[in-house]
Amino acid sequence: MNAGDVVIEMRDVSRNFGSVRAIENITLQVRAGEVLCLLGDNGAGKSTIIKILSGVFAPSSGELLLDGRPIHFQSPRDALDNGIATVYQDLAMVPLMSIARNFFMGREPVKGAWPWRHFDHGLANRVAAEEMAKIGIRIRDPGQAVGTLSGGERQCVAIARAVHFGARVLILDEPTSALGVKQASMVLRYIAKARADGLAVIFITHNVNHAYPVGDRFLLMNRGRSMGSFRKGEITNAEVATMMAGGEELRALEEELAEFARPPAGPRPDAAEPPL
Amino acid sequence: MAIAIDDRLAPTSRLTRLMRRPELGALAGTILVIAAFAALAGHTGLFTARGLVNVFQIAAELGILATPTALLMIGGEFDLSIGSTIGFAGVVIGMGVTEFGLPLWLAILVAFAFAILIGYVNAVLFIKTRLPSFIVTLAAMFILRGLTLAVTRGVTGRTQIPYITRGYEDTWYVDLFAGTTFQGLYRWMTDIGFITARPDGTPPVAGLPVSVLWWIALTALATWVLLNTRFGNWIFAVGGDENAARNVGVPVARVKIILFIMTALGATLFATIQVLTVGSADTLRGTQKEFEAIIAAVIGGCLLTGGYGSAIGAAFGALIFGFVQMGIFYTGIDTDWFKVFLGAMVLIAVLFNNYVRRKATEAR
Ligand SMILES: Nc1ncnc2c1ncn2[C@@H]1O[C@H](COP(=O)(O)OP(=O)(O)OP(=O)(O)O)[C@@H](O)[C@H]1O
Ligand SMILES: [Mg+2]
Repeated sequence: MNAGDVVIEMRDVSRNFGSVRAIENITLQVRAGEVLCLLGDNGAGKSTIIKILSGVFAPSSGELLLDGRPIHFQSPRDALDNGIATVYQDLAMVPLMSIARNFFMGREPVKGAWPWRHFDHGLANRVAAEEMAKIGIRIRDPGQAVGTLSGGERQCVAIARAVHFGARVLILDEPTSALGVKQASMVLRYIAKARADGLAVIFITHNVNHAYPVGDRFLLMNRGRSMGSFRKGEITNAEVATMMAGGEELRALEEELAEFARPPAGPRPDAAEPPL
Repeated sequence: MAIAIDDRLAPTSRLTRLMRRPELGALAGTILVIAAFAALAGHTGLFTARGLVNVFQIAAELGILATPTALLMIGGEFDLSIGSTIGFAGVVIGMGVTEFGLPLWLAILVAFAFAILIGYVNAVLFIKTRLPSFIVTLAAMFILRGLTLAVTRGVTGRTQIPYITRGYEDTWYVDLFAGTTFQGLYRWMTDIGFITARPDGTPPVAGLPVSVLWWIALTALATWVLLNTRFGNWIFAVGGDENAARNVGVPVARVKIILFIMTALGATLFATIQVLTVGSADTLRGTQKEFEAIIAAVIGGCLLTGGYGSAIGAAFGALIFGFVQMGIFYTGIDTDWFKVFLGAMVLIAVLFNNYVRRKATEAR
């Protein structure tokens, strides 16, 4: 893996919501051609980090750097203009609007000269259908309302959209949570491809089997703080799993489940005779 | 990249596509209302040239308000101050001419400049306070009306301003807002006996009021903007889910500011047409017009929750309004019943729209 220059960087960033400290003193760097996985429990502050990186929230303190230069995003549009595209955990879709209109929302393709400049529906429909087909979803009609799609299909629209518009940084907040095996592996392939194309990728997931194969570095979060960052060579798949689930909890759960699975005491009437 | 045809794709006919349009309910309602009054009032004057011109004039004036109101509602907001803006704009034109000695055209321009200011202030107040637009514009509705009354009475000692257009009768800009068009067509239709002439042989109406052309042009423009421009996509987006829209880069505040300015401009156009048609201004003009505009937009398929609706629908809503109002007049039903009809129609329209929305968002 040959990572390039640092593309996006957070230095000592904190963010408060009233008295809630959502994240505290987070420092992170993502290089071109590198995948950073954010790991942590629910409410650990992962989404808050990516919302700061995509211009939704401003940091309460600390600094954001793009290509080594301090930058202040006024809005998500600002971040998008700098090539940072995001799949939000809530997907940022408008249910009443069509797939194609959602796909290009805020970034509509136009043709013609003013005042005849207009939304290029043909291009929008074609590109949306093509991008969805690439991810493995056949949409029936790009004019279909997003509200009529299944949860996984909707997630795929958001991913395809971010991949289409992410020029430098691709951020994915639990993009595979609702996906089937085929679509999830497609998303992982996308992440691998984005890395090969030299994008900086930030990937949040609760699924270790998704995180480990594509991640180069893992940043562990707990209650708004960084618990350290690890390179892939430094830890194993199992260790990542332990970090993500809080190993003790997983072991306790296994014991509990074993308790349920134990057969009731006494001989079972239908138990087969052990073969001799 | 070739896309295989999905075998789960049921063919969607032109008809089902049409059924999904938001203005369908309003179109059906318009046909129903016309049919009802054709049965009830077919023999009266409603369907004569004069009766229809009256219907279209009412529809046009309301439609000029309903079109920007529909856009604003699709964008997820309300403007309750447009009725007061009508009164205010009329008085600005009136006092501009009679008190400040401005030429009429300049007074009209000043009124439109004020409209931009009113829309902008409404929008900025609403964005900064994060209060619902309903509340902010409700406040603006009272403030503007009170201001209009107080200033007019304080300066002129009365609440009406007469003789505004005296001396300007045949200028091009009076014709632009208050003239009639297609006089030749009406004369021709009278000559061939298609419409009944007056005893002296002249047509019963001089022509089509230009307000009808304003209405049609605005409806066409709004429809084009909504369906075929980037800004139209932004309107649907901010009304459908403001947060989602902002997160993918739609400039939400800018869209809303422009929409509020457009409703104020619509109200001022309405006021200009009225003032130049009747030649006077009145501080109470436009009272309750905000509700009529919202009703027309809702009948036209706009959802109260935003994100869905159409400008053509709002035009049909205004047309229904015109037919019901004149129909009740011509059938001789006590006009007090008009409001009862109106209320019932709003209920039916909202129920129907909710049903359509469910159909549109659930599986097709
Ligand atoms: N807009 C907000 N207002 C107030 N508190 C917030 C806001 N956004 C996040 N928080 C708080 O900040 C903390 C971190 O939230 P965040 O969404 O970043 O967690 P997360 O790691 O993404 O969790 P999950 O895995 O469940 O998505 C939570 O305690 C949350 O309640
Ligand atoms: Mg989250």
